[in-house]
Amino acid sequence: MKQGIYTIVEHTPLTRDVYRMVLSGDTSAMTMPGQFMEISLPGFFLRRPISICDYDEKTVTIIYKVVGQGTDAMARMKKGETLDALTGLGHGFDVEKSGDEPLLVGGGVGVPPLYNLAKTLLAAGRKPTVILGFNKADEIFYAREFEALGARVIVTTVDGSVGVKGFVTNALPERFSYVYSCGPMPMLRALYRATQGSGGQFSLEERMGCGFGACMGCSVMTKEGGRRVCKDGPVFDKEVLEWQI
Amino acid sequence: MADLKVTLSGLELDNPIIPASGTFGYGYEFAELYDINVLGSFSFKGTTLEPRFGNPTPRIAETPSGMINAVGMQNPGIDRVITEELPRLKRCFHKKVIANIGGFSVDEYAECCAHIDKEDQVGLIEVNVSCPNVHNGCMSFGTDPLGISAVTKAVKAVTSKPVYVKLSPNVTDIVPLAAAAAEAGADGISLINTLLGMRIDLRTKKPVIANKMGGFSGSAILPVALRMVYQVYEAVKLPIIGMGGVSTARDVVEMMLAGATAVEVGAANLVDPWACPKIIADLPGVMAQYGITSLKDIIGGAH
Repeated sequence: MKQGIYTIVEHTPLTRDVYRMVLSGDTSAMTMPGQFMEISLPGFFLRRPISICDYDEKTVTIIYKVVGQGTDAMARMKKGETLDALTGLGHGFDVEKSGDEPLLVGGGVGVPPLYNLAKTLLAAGRKPTVILGFNKADEIFYAREFEALGARVIVTTVDGSVGVKGFVTNALPERFSYVYSCGPMPMLRALYRATQGSGGQFSLEERMGCGFGACMGCSVMTKEGGRRVCKDGPVFDKEVLEWQI
Repeated sequence: MADLKVTLSGLELDNPIIPASGTFGYGYEFAELYDINVLGSFSFKGTTLEPRFGNPTPRIAETPSGMINAVGMQNPGIDRVITEELPRLKRCFHKKVIANIGGFSVDEYAECCAHIDKEDQVGLIEVNVSCPNVHNGCMSFGTDPLGISAVTKAVKAVTSKPVYVKLSPNVTDIVPLAAAAAEAGADGISLINTLLGMRIDLRTKKPVIANKMGGFSGSAILPVALRMVYQVYEAVKLPIIGMGGVSTARDVVEMMLAGATAVEVGAANLVDPWACPKIIADLPGVMAQYGITSLKDIIGGAH
């Protein structure tokens, strides 16, 4: 984990309430796809945990949804302004387990961390299929960016306005080697039921205190006992999680 | 040369800064970030006789200048703390640690403290009779002088280590509770634990925290903590570990002027993991600014 000051170099809305922010600064603590950063916002006590969409040597891209006062204030920030952040947080996706044809499933603001994962898998010569689930057409973001990486992309919308009508589980391919996912808990639960024959890793979301394992604010019960979403996760082997099915 | 040394019931500390229980785990997350031997000591995660998972999530909510937690004393249980956490801590922390102990009955507090009594690494026991996040335990002892007295006596009977009783601020008058601990033989008083608080989510129109209420901490509660430390210092002739909303070296000086011998830093660690070493580094400058050469000299100076 590192603490640093990051400068906003790009900040654009992707939909009505989802924003993409590119920050320049020290990215050396980021080591794997699926990690997150904790951003301090002026006037707010706790930092905001935001998943990392992509990063390189000099910049980090995040995509966040305005859900409360903090993210609302963040959405008003301008290019050139700076943010204090902790980076290199969390245990991300293990790309070694993917097999040749991994399936990546994202729902809503669960989509962003899959971007760097898809990029990493493609660089390793894998052939990922990406399913991106949204409620309706005007909530869709990043489908073209995933296509531009070279991944096979399937979009689902609950209202059927774009792509496959229904949920991500209505669009599962017949064959895949492994499943990676991030999204709302009802989606993860349905996906768990639908992919019980194969291995996979799911990224969880939880309200956090510290984000680095100190406060036990974000614990989840697993088959191996209580685990911290921020430090032991956010990515867990799906078989380790407790599912009420 | 600024003298930061203080003494808690014979336990000499290089400085008064102690990360508060529940904000510092068992130490080693922070040992990855800095040499935690710069600390005076630290109070480890509230530990009970049996392992506990704690409350359902969400356990955390934000407030203006603070936060609410309802973790519910998640911990691996005293036996695993002794066999796993303390040996692991020994590799990165060479000072005495403060054992924070919780419980649900007088016997349970006593048994837990009897277990930890044998551990050389433990310099002091902080008995938590004030956790607001568990039902039928902890705070129900801490808001009743008879409960405090019973727990204090039971713990004192099984340990030779100094016993500090950590009090709840969720009472009309803190003084009779501190007096009850003192009369029952406590070696010192720790205060304050968190204030009971709540936030409501406007989208769901329900409390943010799954447990509905939780413990409110952070800079917002500093004035409440200062007031209570001041009151207890006047009423009880025991050393005090003061805490509640401390996040800067100036807050530390203020807390010591109110009557604290040592100072715990809690929520600040969660926002800035380097908060404690920064405070320790800042203390000599703040002392010089206000003409203080030794921190020992200012304890209770506001009275």
